Formats: sequence, C-alpha cells, structure tokens
Amino acid sequence: MSEEMKTILDIKNLDISFRTNAGTVHAIRGVNLNLCKGETVAIVGESGSGKSVTMKAAMGLLDANATINSGEILYTYTNTSGEEVTVDLLKMSKKEMRQHINGKRIAMVFQDPMTSLDPTMTIGRQIMESMFLHKKMSREAAKARALELLQLVGIPDAEKRFKNYPHQLSGGMRQRVVIAIALSADPNVLICDEPTTALDVTIQAKILELIMDIQKKMGLSVIYITHDLGVVAKVADYVDVMYAGKIVEVGNVNEIFFEPKHPYTWGLLSAMPDLDTDEERLYSIPGSPPNLLHEPKGDAFTARNRFALAIDEKAEPPMFQVSRTHFAATWLLHPDAPKVEMPPELKTMLERARKEAEKYL
Amino acid sequence: MSEPLLKVENLKQYFPVSRSYTVKAVNGVSFEVYPGETYGLVGESGSGKTTIGRSIIRLYDPTDGKITFLGQEISGRLTGAARDTLRRNMQMIFQDPMASLNPRKKVSDIIGEGLDIQHRAASRAEREAQIAAMLKKVGLAPEHAARYPHQFSGGQRQRVGIARALIMNPKLIIADECISALDVSIQAQVVNLMKDIQDETGCAYLFIAHDLSMVKYISDRIGVLHLGYLVEAGTKEEIFSNPIHPYTRSLLSAIPRPNPEIEKRRKAVTYDYAASGIDYAAGTEHLVGGTHKVLGTDDEVSAWLASSGDGQM
Repeated sequence: MSEEMKTILDIKNLDISFRTNAGTVHAIRGVNLNLCKGETVAIVGESGSGKSVTMKAAMGLLDANATINSGEILYTYTNTSGEEVTVDLLKMSKKEMRQHINGKRIAMVFQDPMTSLDPTMTIGRQIMESMFLHKKMSREAAKARALELLQLVGIPDAEKRFKNYPHQLSGGMRQRVVIAIALSADPNVLICDEPTTALDVTIQAKILELIMDIQKKMGLSVIYITHDLGVVAKVADYVDVMYAGKIVEVGNVNEIFFEPKHPYTWGLLSAMPDLDTDEERLYSIPGSPPNLLHEPKGDAFTARNRFALAIDEKAEPPMFQVSRTHFAATWLLHPDAPKVEMPPELKTMLERARKEAEKYL
Repeated sequence: MSEPLLKVENLKQYFPVSRSYTVKAVNGVSFEVYPGETYGLVGESGSGKTTIGRSIIRLYDPTDGKITFLGQEISGRLTGAARDTLRRNMQMIFQDPMASLNPRKKVSDIIGEGLDIQHRAASRAEREAQIAAMLKKVGLAPEHAARYPHQFSGGQRQRVGIARALIMNPKLIIADECISALDVSIQAQVVNLMKDIQDETGCAYLFIAHDLSMVKYISDRIGVLHLGYLVEAGTKEEIFSNPIHPYTRSLLSAIPRPNPEIEKRRKAVTYDYAASGIDYAAGTEHLVGGTHKVLGTDDEVSAWLASSGDGQM
C-alpha cells in the first residue's frame, strides 16, 4: 500500500452510549478507524461488540436514545462543483445527511434481504427511487440505469425481473437487488452489514465475489461488518477486531491471520473449525462478552482471557505498535510483560496455513 | 455394526399448497442412524433437511415411507406404545434459541415440562434436583432455574434448549441448525458441550446444518441433501476427501477458509441444477466404495468418478 492513499473515512476516538431503562450502556468506547480510497476494511466482532453501532453513527442512523460523547467521523468527498471537501458526519443534521450523504455517497447493504426491501413495491421502482431523489434523473434514464444495475449484480432476465416484487425472488437474488439499490446513486463508500449471514454458503461466496468485482469496476471503498472470519479472509485488505466497544487489534489481513497478537484474536481464529485436522475438541473462548451496562475495569477481555496479567484488571492497555500497519491493545506486548506464546494448537494451525499460502506467493 | 437406532426408508414429505400444486419437500430419502453416533445432514436452504428432522419426530405426518425407531415403526398412524417410545426417546433442539423458549415460563418449568408430562419425578424435591443437575451438566448454575429466558444470552438460551432435550434422557437428539444463530466463539462452546454430553450419555445426534466445517467437526457420517434428494452419503472422510457428486463438490468448494492468501484466489465452483442436465428422479443409489453412496444414473456416476480428484478443494 502506498503512503499517498487518500483517506476517505476517518473515525476518530468515537464514544457512544445509550440510555436504557436499566441504565447507561457504554457501547462504543473510543474507536479509531481509517478507510482509504478503493480499500476494503473488515470489522470483526461478536454481536454486541459495537461494530454495527459504529457504522450506524457514520450513516446518521443512530437510535434516539444514543448520545455521542466524543469523537468525529471525517468524510472526504468531491462535491458537485469539483472541490474536495471534508465534513464531520456527526455534526451534520439528519436532513443534511439524507440530502448529501445517505445513499448518494455512503450506501449500506443490510443483513437481511427479507426485511430490507419494501414488499409492496416492485424491485425496479425500489432501485430507481434514489436515482429520482439524488440525481433527478428522468424516468427513461433511470429505467435504463436500473436494468444495467440488475445485469451488473448478475440477475438474469433483468427486463422481466424489473417488474417483480421481492417475494418472487429467492434470498440470494434479493440480496443482489439490495446491492443494486445501494449502488443506484453511485456512492463511493459501501458499508456491508453482515451481507451474507442470512444466506447459504454457496450463495455467500457468489455474493462476495460479486461485491469484490463491482468494487474493482467502480473504485468503491467497502467496509464489511461481520463475525465470520472466512468472509474476512476473502474480502478484506485491513481488519479491525472489535471487542466490547473497542478495537483491540488492527492490521492488514495477512498480519491478522498469520501473526495475530491479541488473545481475543487468537481465540477467534482457534474457534474456527479447521478442515485439515481431526482435533477432538474445538477451542472455545470461555464465558460470554461483558455487559457494557457495567463498565469493565481494566481490560474488558480479562475475564475470558487465560493469558491475563495482573495489570489487566487494573488498567486498560493502550495500542502497541507491532509493525507499520499492525497494532494491538494487549499488555502482553508491553516490553516488561512476560513472554507469552499463542496456544500451540493455534501455532501449528497458523504455520500450516502459512505454508499453504506460500505456494501462491 | 449393531442394529440401527433410527432407520428411514424412502421418506417422502409433500405439502399440498393448492389443488393443482404440491411442494415435494422430501423425495424418497433413506438413511440410518446408529446408537451413539452423529449423523450430519447438510444442504442449502430449501433442500429439505429441516423437513426431514420434523417428519421423523412427527411434527409432520410423513406422506410416504417407513421410519423405524428402536425397532418400532413410527411412521403412519401412531399406536399409543409407539408414541410413547417416540416421545420418551427422541428430542429436538431448535434453531432459534430466542423463539423456541416460552418467554412466560421460568427456565425450571421449561426444562421440567417433560418430567411433569411423563411423571418422571416422584416428588417436587426430586424434580428440582433433576433440573439442577441438568443445568449443571449444560454449564449453567442451579440458580438460573428461577429466571426467565430473556434474562439469558443467546448461548445460554441454547444451553437451556439442550437441557430441555436432555432431561428426558433420549436416545436420539435432532439438532436442527442449533448453532447457526450463535456467535462464532459461542458456537464452539455449544458444540463442545454436545460432544461431552454424547460421550457421557451415549445419545445419538441427527445434526442438521448448512455449515459444512462444523458438520465435519461433529459428525461421524454425513448425508448431503439437495432439492429433497439425498445426493451423496458416507462417512465424513469419504465425503470430504473424495466428493463425487457435483453438488457436494460445489458445497465443499464454498467453505470459507481462514487463510487470506488462499481465500482471495479461490473461486467457488458453481452448480446449477437446471443447467446441469441431471435429473435426480432418474438417478439410483450407487455404492462407490465403503459406505459411500451417490445418487445418479449409471452414466452420470461413472462420469463423475472419472473426473473425481480434480474437483478437490
């Protein structure tokens, strides 16, 4: 990656809490994230780790009970008169967001294609909707573009499908329509929130390949939100591992998969069933994610971490730099920390993966 | 090998939608589950895997075919004795732990319902003791008995679902996508728990899933379903090291691997039934070695066998 890659989306020190009946839930606790032009970033984490909330903040879709305590989301784009402008998305009003950002410049593909389409509208109308709104296109032009998009996302018989309602399509086809809608106003950032979780493995691979293909053709920057490391391995350039409202490890995809440093990332990788071994037991991360209603003291992962140090209970670890692109928030990387190796099973698994990968390098 | 615990022969399950249209969800599927083993049923959505599970446990009435369980026929009209055997010895774990637990019941009543109906517990104290022991077995605390489902996390709720199935001490548990709704780190916990329980109680699982890597991990034998037909069946080694049917090959090629270098270069093998020219209804079962069976016509199977080895992952 070259240094002069242009940053499109820069999330700085984002901190969000939600007021609930039970008390304040501190869901996002200082998130930093950086997306460059044409790049793919994947945010990995368990449900409740705050990955969707972060992206909803960028889209101005936060629920009414959310409070943004601090932080900024800087978005750089070229406006209609050709100038490059940088705006803080958190400072924009809902109306401004709708007019200038949502759909037009940053579009989102949601998790469940069954619920994110309007059942009472034909898919053609749904695709054209944002063209009328954002681009003031004529009916004919919009229809031509919609048919083009349907072909782009791999829907056969576009002309016929144009008049179909969502219920007439299968899950995979519906997700293709959702992608076509997201692309309809030529955005430059695409946020995919678990785009394939609701789909079968065979269709999952096809949808991911489709998004990658379109990304190349249109020069999109894509953010994936997922808990599936297989998806991450396939699509991502950079990976952000999120746990309890914080990013605990960030690096390029090879660093995360071949040289993970954070015990949580170790756990996630070990928990994936490995096709090449006949291990009797699957490694699992003990316990469950913390309830952020009660803010954890020290490192949020301590209770589930078998490599936890005494300091983990007292202070939160800062981000330690491993390489130019690789950072991890764990005290194990502190120069004074005892030398702790990753679990031997994971080590052999990674070694094997690296050897396999070398064949292609 | 010993007597099969469950024997399914030529099971058909049709759903009449209207006078002229019938959904043929399961078209003549046969397989056996032996005591203490795990049989994995895999396939995409709409392949009929859940329907098979539900037909076996008689949530549906099978259209045709014979199901034998513990030596008793449980398809067709159920006699009182057969129903008793079925209800006592076969239990189900459902997919969605949020939807399959009654939100208005305490965990102790959810788990204890079977005990109450079958009069398994002689006294209140005994019932409580059994429930507490079961909660402990699935990794929950006895105090949890007094709580309601919404007070648990997804993984814990699935443990309650497992406890509910286990308390009857069943010989066969049908696990219908029981880990699909859970997070990755929690999936591993639940699968390990299921394995431990199997070691302890010797129960058999019919493990229904679409996640092949998990199925490989937990199953002894695997059946691959597509469009209501069992297209390939065998031990997990047979299926994974030597997939014959093109559908199985495409399924295996779609398994995501945690290796970016490989994953970025991999293109999934596509399989389009309509375009492939294969007619499942015309195929017959072919034994291709060991217990490895493939559905297809003679010509198709020999063509697939000839090309096997190059469709590897």
